[in-house]
Amino acid sequence: MKPPPFEYMAPETLPEALAAAREHGGEAKLLAGGQSLVPSMNFRVSTPSLLIDLNRIPDLDYIRRDPDGSLRIGAMTRQHRLETDALVREAASLLAHAAPFIAHPQIRNRGTLGGSLAHADPAAELPVVALALEARMQAATNEGRRWIEAKDFFQGMFTTSLAPEEILVEIALPRQPGRTGVAFDEFARRRGDYALMGVAALVRLDGKGVCESARLVFLNAGDGPVVAPEAAALLQGQNVTPKTAEAAARHAAEKEIEPIGNLHATPAFQRHLARVLATRVIVSASQRAAA
Amino acid sequence: MTTNLRPVSLKVNGKTYRHVVEPRLLLSDFLRHELGLTGTHVGCEHGVCGACTILFDGQPVRSCLILAVQADGHELTTVEGLSPGPESLHPLQEAFWTTHALQCGFCTPGILMTFIPFLESNPNPTEEQVRHMLSGNLCRCTGYQHIVEAILLAAERGRQGRGAAGG
Repeated sequence: MKPPPFEYMAPETLPEALAAAREHGGEAKLLAGGQSLVPSMNFRVSTPSLLIDLNRIPDLDYIRRDPDGSLRIGAMTRQHRLETDALVREAASLLAHAAPFIAHPQIRNRGTLGGSLAHADPAAELPVVALALEARMQAATNEGRRWIEAKDFFQGMFTTSLAPEEILVEIALPRQPGRTGVAFDEFARRRGDYALMGVAALVRLDGKGVCESARLVFLNAGDGPVVAPEAAALLQGQNVTPKTAEAAARHAAEKEIEPIGNLHATPAFQRHLARVLATRVIVSASQRAAA
Repeated sequence: MTTNLRPVSLKVNGKTYRHVVEPRLLLSDFLRHELGLTGTHVGCEHGVCGACTILFDGQPVRSCLILAVQADGHELTTVEGLSPGPESLHPLQEAFWTTHALQCGFCTPGILMTFIPFLESNPNPTEEQVRHMLSGNLCRCTGYQHIVEAILLAAERGRQGRGAAGG
């Protein structure tokens, strides 16, 4: 339960960290909040030869709003801040709804937004939120920066499209138009445990209260965050009622997710949870959109 | 990077320490084995049990998920820093004593450290808020009932001016 020996560096500038990432690439691991990496090193599941600690780099911890209304969040912003920040509540409330479900308060004091996204755990909340809100991730090298759409960012279990020499530096969340509602819910055996199933919904209504578009994204439902476009299409053009929500949720649960089960839940139980939770979040997102 | 030993200078319970550590040394082990502050307990070493919770720049964190090198330049508080001396208890400790909120006591330091900042920012918490916060600390003896009582009692005493829970 102790990590094996490794080299450690704590660069004080981003270019320094990027140079180290370029030099050491795949042998190195970037240390953000360390709330997944350090346990996996304690278990010796992860044995990097070098840790590049990002915690001494200034200016990677911020939340600000662009003139176009989109939200820019520094990759090293602690998860706890997402729960309480007024800008997040206003401009990307799904983040604030989902953040309290991440592990425990002590973990969220340390864990970061960028760290969780780059870790890409299929059971994690933040990748699901990033997909539901169509976030863009900014990856940096010393040669330049590029934006990666959420749908291209997550590549499977613990895998992203980040290259070994890249560092995720910023997350941009587009401004949501009016009459858009969001909701998140998950089921875990104990508060703070990995959820057996979880889902985020975004519902946009037109002037008459009819669903114009929707997005549904599930956690622990496949080898990454799983989007359910067919279920979303079923909602389009409908009045969102418990009945139409249930029909869409049932479709997603039966046809669009692939839960693999674990010690505490069979795939059939996970599908059951997906249907029940998705029904709830669709209804709740739609009520928020109408409010 | 050529040498695998690194100097660290940090403040623990108001006292400055200067040590040289291996990068792989966990902060929990540093506190216990290098500084002799064995009040911080080590349970699961993967962030689940909460026994090693300390204050890192005032915020409760898992000391088993932070490397000692990362604490360089930071201020820490451990359970040893709570009471003013061996003859007296911090108000939160006193509330634990009053309500019999511990049996074996292994989880207690982590719970105390979790709730010191919590009660400072939530002087009048609901039981639900307390239980939510307590979810990050496992106790195998008590069933949590008396721990919740202790925290609510400390909050109540703090509001009545009988020693703020924050100390």
